[in-house]
Amino acid sequence: MTADIDKTTGPQDTPPAGPEAIKAVPVRHYGRYVSAVIAIALLVAIIYAFGQGKINWNAVPDYFFDHRIIKGVGQTMLLTVLSMVIGIVGGILLAVMRLSKNPVTSSIAWFYIWFFRGTPVLVQLFVWFNLGLVFEYINLGPIYKNYWSDFMTPLLTALLGLGLNEAAYMAEICRAGLLSVDEGQTEASHALGMSHGKTLRRIVIPQAMRVIVPPTGNEVINMLKTTSLVSAVQFYELLRYAQDIGQTSGAPVEMLFLAAAWYLILTSVLSVGQYYIERYYARGSSRSLPDTPFQKIRANMLSLASWRR
Amino acid sequence: MSDNRAMVKAEGVHKSFGPVEVLKGIDLEVKSGEVFCLIGPSGSGKSTFLRCINHLEKVNAGRLYVDGELVGYRQKGDKLYELKDSEVAVKRRDIGMVFQRFNLFPHMTALENIIEAPIQVKGATRAQARERAQQLLDRVGLADKAGTYPSQLSGGQQQRVAIARALAMDPKLMLFDEPTSALDPELVGDVLDVMRDLAESGMTMIVVTHEMGFAREVGDSLVFMDGGVVVESGNPRDVLTNPQHERTQSFLSKVL
Repeated sequence: MTADIDKTTGPQDTPPAGPEAIKAVPVRHYGRYVSAVIAIALLVAIIYAFGQGKINWNAVPDYFFDHRIIKGVGQTMLLTVLSMVIGIVGGILLAVMRLSKNPVTSSIAWFYIWFFRGTPVLVQLFVWFNLGLVFEYINLGPIYKNYWSDFMTPLLTALLGLGLNEAAYMAEICRAGLLSVDEGQTEASHALGMSHGKTLRRIVIPQAMRVIVPPTGNEVINMLKTTSLVSAVQFYELLRYAQDIGQTSGAPVEMLFLAAAWYLILTSVLSVGQYYIERYYARGSSRSLPDTPFQKIRANMLSLASWRR
Repeated sequence: MSDNRAMVKAEGVHKSFGPVEVLKGIDLEVKSGEVFCLIGPSGSGKSTFLRCINHLEKVNAGRLYVDGELVGYRQKGDKLYELKDSEVAVKRRDIGMVFQRFNLFPHMTALENIIEAPIQVKGATRAQARERAQQLLDRVGLADKAGTYPSQLSGGQQQRVAIARALAMDPKLMLFDEPTSALDPELVGDVLDVMRDLAESGMTMIVVTHEMGFAREVGDSLVFMDGGVVVESGNPRDVLTNPQHERTQSFLSKVL
């Protein structure tokens, strides 16, 4: 056995003791300097162009924390979270149905995915919005009875439209995840006497999550931006409020930039969250966990520092 | 061999995968407490037969009994009724299986792998299951590896955890599907030691193996299979040293 390797220090920090470390002139990457200069110059040019344009930038900070904007951010996040919950739960269900040996359930899942993936989400939103043309009342017997127009609030319309559409996409992501788990895992679980359901819940899904989480993070970010469509069905969220303010304050384009900035902030926060979920599901799969974003930033700083040397 | 009760009994077992007939009528009997070795060239159907015993594969024709009960079916009069998945699962509790590729659950530590089925299937409490798992880890010589994930264990260690996992269900029959074939040669010995120890404790074991030394020393019976049929069977020492059938002779001359 060799001596224990200290895992807290990477190979780049400390040269191993013992034989003398090699000291050599590193390869110079002149191309990197040149491309960095060009990239920075382009960025400055773009910023300058936007800065001297006919845009009243002061309006952006003025309204950045306006109570309507904050409310819109809240509504956008609420809609994103709820739609994704519907999407993920529905997606897992559909994926399991699709992989089922039962031809009825797998056909239903296939048909659902075919329909909801094959039509634009905006059209689906409008259909939900106009469903009152088909149903006048909602009547669940003694439990609930109401006019359709009162029952179908803008929030419900938006949730159904986004969530059910998302479920179709999540189903394919989940199916890929379930298929990625080695069949030997199912066999081993069955051989121990575990039922189909327990095998799925305890053995297969936890392993499938490693494959499911990264594209799901993508879907969440996508969903956050897709929520901007629901202003079409009278649901007020970030973009709708920003547009309203833009119309009354006479700074319509400025408010679009403001909304864009908020969307960027929200997606950045979500990406950080994704790292931690991925780390959780990576346990046991590799000998060391992937770095957290902060560890990565730190590592990058260190490599930049050593670059100068 | 404490008694002569048949633990596994096969009568004309056939199995096909599509047009390919893998088992062409297997008749054999494994007695309770016996170590029963299955040898033969790859593709001879030995692993398939083993997988039929706990119904991972469905038998196409013939009858297969474990501990006197029909595998996968219920007989009423002269009609057979397929068992429900949940009924099959109940029967599998009593049959431990060890795979060539270990198939440990990679997202669980060694200890979690062992306690999973007792808790989920038998309703054991966590404390009970942990205590038993620790004993089993001790028995397979891995007492200090309880909190280790499979990816951090060597192949031999993984296979020993897999044996402990199967034993945690207190099976009456253990199936070994080429348990040492995926291991580095130097790690094979540790796994065979555990299996030898298990055999001495009186466990009924069916072992598909290429380890002729193990079969000779530990085995009570041996069957040589080729082309989906039993070619020769008997006492391992007799069959291995003095094979009667030409096909057995040529196989053994290549592997010994």
